[in-house]
Amino acid sequence: MQTLLRTPLYERHVALGARLVPFAGWEMPVQYEGVIPEHRAVRTDSGAFDVSHMGELLVEGPGAREFLQSVLSNDLDRIGPGRAQYTLLTNEQGGIVDDLIVYELRPSRFLLIVNASNRERDREWLRDREPPEVEVRDASDAYALIAVQGPHALERLGLPDAPAFTFAEGEVDGVACTVNRTGYTGEQGVELLVDGDAAGELWDRVLARGVVPCGLGARDTLRLEVCYPLHGNDIGPETDAISAGLGWVCALDKDFTGAEELQRIKEAGPQRKLAAFVMEDAGIPRQGMAILEGGEVTSGSHSPMLERGIGMGYVPAELAAPGAELTIDVRGRRRRARVVKKPIYSREET
Amino acid sequence: MAAESYPDDLRYHPEHDWARIEDGEATFGITWFAQDALGELVHFEPPEEGATLTKDEAYAEVESVKAVSSVIAPLSGEVLKVNRAIVDAPETVNDDPYGDGWLVRARLTDPGQADALMDVEAYKQHLAEQE
Repeated sequence: MQTLLRTPLYERHVALGARLVPFAGWEMPVQYEGVIPEHRAVRTDSGAFDVSHMGELLVEGPGAREFLQSVLSNDLDRIGPGRAQYTLLTNEQGGIVDDLIVYELRPSRFLLIVNASNRERDREWLRDREPPEVEVRDASDAYALIAVQGPHALERLGLPDAPAFTFAEGEVDGVACTVNRTGYTGEQGVELLVDGDAAGELWDRVLARGVVPCGLGARDTLRLEVCYPLHGNDIGPETDAISAGLGWVCALDKDFTGAEELQRIKEAGPQRKLAAFVMEDAGIPRQGMAILEGGEVTSGSHSPMLERGIGMGYVPAELAAPGAELTIDVRGRRRRARVVKKPIYSREET
Repeated sequence: MAAESYPDDLRYHPEHDWARIEDGEATFGITWFAQDALGELVHFEPPEEGATLTKDEAYAEVESVKAVSSVIAPLSGEVLKVNRAIVDAPETVNDDPYGDGWLVRARLTDPGQADALMDVEAYKQHLAEQE
C-alpha cells in the first residue's frame, strides 16, 4: 500500500470534520459540511480550498523564456513579469501532457503550477528537453496553495481588486503570500501561494474572515458547471487541444511541440469535439458512460445551481453544436441530454 | 441533516436498509448510516409500481453528488407504492430517513424472511464492526 502525502493543513481538515479521500497520491478533504452547501457558498459569497497538492515547478535561466515558448502552447510574449497565463504542455501529436498556469516572476524566471497527478511527468518532460542554460526545479514541497473563490472573496480577505491573471506579493492579516488572481471555479478570487510553514496560519486567518472551507468535491462541480476541463478526465495525452476546445490557448503562429499537427487538425476540422450537455431526463451522467450517438462522458455530475445532471464528453463534431440531442446510457437506461453552449452555468443567464 | 438514530421498531438489513413490517406489507428505506455515507442525495431512481422485489437484490438507486449506490431489498415482495416525493426532493431522505424519507411500500411474498433481518441492537453491533 502506498503512503498518502498530507498537506500542511491536514490536521486542520481533520479538526474541521472533513471527509478525507485519496486523490493523486494525497489525502485530501473531499467535503466538510457537504458538497452542495460548499458549492453554493462559492457561487454566492466565498469559499477556501486547500490545493497544496498541486505541483510548483520553477524554470529559470537566460534561455527560460525561449525554452518555455518551445514546449508550451500559449504565447508567453503576450505576458510579462507579474502576469500569468493558462497554457498547455503539448506532445508531438498535439495531445495534452498537462494543462497549467505559468507565472512570469522575472523575464528569466517562471513558475508553473501544474496538476498534482502530473507533477513528476511534467518535471521529467521538461528536464528531457531543457537546454543547458535552463534549470527546471521542483519546488512543490516548499509551498502550500490556498484558493479563495467567490464573488465576495477579495472583499472578505481585504485584498484590492486586480485584473484576472495577474499576481503580486501581498498579505492577509500579516501573513505574507503571493496573491494570484486565478482560480478554477468560474468565480472571482485568488490563489494564495504561501510557504508551507505559514500555511496553517494563513488558512486560519482566511476562515476567521468568514470564508467557508470547501473540499475537492465542490471544486469539481464548480469547474464542471463552467466547463473547465479536468486533466485525466476531459483532456490528456491522447486528446488534442483543438478537439478539446482549447484552440484559444494555442498560438499556432509560433513554433512549439505539436503545433504543426494542431494546425493540420484545425484546418481539416476536428472529427469530434468536447461538448457540454445538460440532462433533459432524470439521472446523473458519470465519467465513462456511453453516449449512444458515439462517444463517452468524460466528466459528469449533478449541478447544484441547475439542480440537474450535467456533463462533458467527446461527440462527433456535427453533434457538438448547442441544441443537439444526445442519449446517455445511465447503467442500462437511455436518458436524453441536450448540448449547450459553454459554460453550462453563468450567473447572467440565471 | 437528521441526527444519527436507529428506531427500535424497525428490522435492519446488513446493507443498511430498514423495513417497517405491518400485516404482510412493509415500508422500506435506507438507514441514517447509509445516507450519511452518501451525503446529500440528489437523485432517486425508483422501481416501477408492481415490480417484483427479491430479498438481498437491488431494486432502486440513490445518488449523491459524488456517488451512486444500489438500494437492496431487505425482503421479497411486490412494489405497491413508490414515494414520489423522494423523486422530486431526494434530500428528504437525509432530513428524515425513517419518516418522510421512506422509499417504497411493498406487499411481502414471504413474511417469514423477516426472521433473517436484524433488530436494532444487532444492527448497532453490525455498525460498530464497520468502523
